[in-house]
Amino acid sequence: MTKERKMNIREDASWKEMLQGGHIIDAGNAEDFKTGDWRSMRPVWLPDKCKQCLLCWPVCPDMAIPVENGKRKDFDFDHCKGCGICVEVCPFKAIDFVEEE
Amino acid sequence: MAYNLKTLTEKEERITGGHRMCAGCGAPIVVRTVLRALKPEDHAVIGVATGCLEVSTCLYPYTAWKDSFIHSAFENAAATVSGAEAAYRALAKVGKVKGTTKFIAFGGDGGTYDIGFQALSGAMERGHDMVYVCYDNEAYMNTGIQRSSSTPKYADTTTSPAGSEIPGKVQFKKDLTMIMAAHNIPYVAQTAPFRNLKDLYEKAEKALYTPGPAFLNVLAPCPRGWRYNTPQLMEIVRLAIETCVWPLYEVIEGKFILNYKPKNKLPVVEYLKPQGRFRHLFTKENEGLLDEIQKEVDRRWNRLLELCGEA
Ligand SMILES: Cc1ncc(C[n+]2csc(CCOP(=O)(O)OP(=O)(O)O)c2C)c(N)n1
Ligand code: SF4
Ligand code: SF4
Ligand code: SF4
Ligand SMILES: [Mg+2]
Repeated sequence: MTKERKMNIREDASWKEMLQGGHIIDAGNAEDFKTGDWRSMRPVWLPDKCKQCLLCWPVCPDMAIPVENGKRKDFDFDHCKGCGICVEVCPFKAIDFVEEE
Repeated sequence: MAYNLKTLTEKEERITGGHRMCAGCGAPIVVRTVLRALKPEDHAVIGVATGCLEVSTCLYPYTAWKDSFIHSAFENAAATVSGAEAAYRALAKVGKVKGTTKFIAFGGDGGTYDIGFQALSGAMERGHDMVYVCYDNEAYMNTGIQRSSSTPKYADTTTSPAGSEIPGKVQFKKDLTMIMAAHNIPYVAQTAPFRNLKDLYEKAEKALYTPGPAFLNVLAPCPRGWRYNTPQLMEIVRLAIETCVWPLYEVIEGKFILNYKPKNKLPVVEYLKPQGRFRHLFTKENEGLLDEIQKEVDRRWNRLLELCGEA
């Protein structure tokens, strides 16, 4: 799901492809970098128990709880690092926390 | 407008995932909440002092920031951002920039309480229209948990190692929020990611949209350096607030306002206990040290109550 980017610097890029001053002109392109493989634990959302209070959404350090039309969706496992902060704040025990395979 | 999480989810996130802060780090929670307080139509120019946040959100060729971002050195984030603000004002005067741009500097406690302090003090005194946000994780985390003037007394760090010589850092934590209040700038606040983040969000909004300089001191737990389990972050913050170790207050045009008064002020040990950096204090011979910490917390809390007219 990599978006159209203005610059495409790969590991084998030469200095000529880089912009002066090391500028990065694709604001927010860190999204393309996946941190999901950092997880040793995995949050599991239980939609049946979820009351959509949204308390889990703002406390995620990795912006990995997408919300659409006022309702949370399943985790963005490309970026979730499995810290478990969302698990602890959920007042309705609607997030399980299991070992990552 | 009343604080409502559902409405706030409609605002675009201004910092993305894919940054390289540790799992469970407090700093990105602080940053995304502060940036959420920007009006969607306003642009931001952001500078960050070298530290965990800076190095982990801007690893070439990636940036997690959606607004204009300036890499700054460790000691001069406030100078960098105040310079950008001055340039913007000059350009605005001759009609060369459109729309509203907000100026924000973020710095860790090392970059704010210590090495970046003169740049901060100067920028605030000169009256730039900017917000300086200290994400306070109480040590130099990026370089391996060295003590700063913000590290609490008796915390174990790599340069104040608890052992037979000393029981952790031997000095008390500097009270930077009070020092910033003494700058008599329009807005100063102490806050933290607490409960539904209302306190932090609303203070960020005030800081951003009060003309002139504003300073926010935000507690930002570091599970790595404080040595607690990552899922406990919000509970650690709650305990910091309920024990009055980290009171929530603001200073508007010199007037002190207490934003939260615990119904039952908890003993400070409740906050210290879950954190590995204080583990050595829970032995028979170190009991006196816990009393000493409690006394200092009480002294500072009582003084704050007086300043806020709550005593
Ligand atoms: C002048 C200078 N001295 C030392 C360093 C090395 N250095 C980089 S980040 C850092 C510590 C940052 O601590 P803090 O500001 O508390 O931020 P944190 O990493 O804890 O988020 C140090 C010492 C540097 N970059 N520049
Ligand atoms: S486990 Fe941590 S990173 Fe993953 S969604 Fe929950 S809060 Fe975010
Ligand atoms: S905190 Fe729990 S109940 Fe609330 S939205 Fe998140 S998962 Fe659902
Ligand atoms: S060391 Fe601490 S402050 Fe730095 S990224 Fe890790 S958790 Fe965050
Ligand atoms: Mg720090």
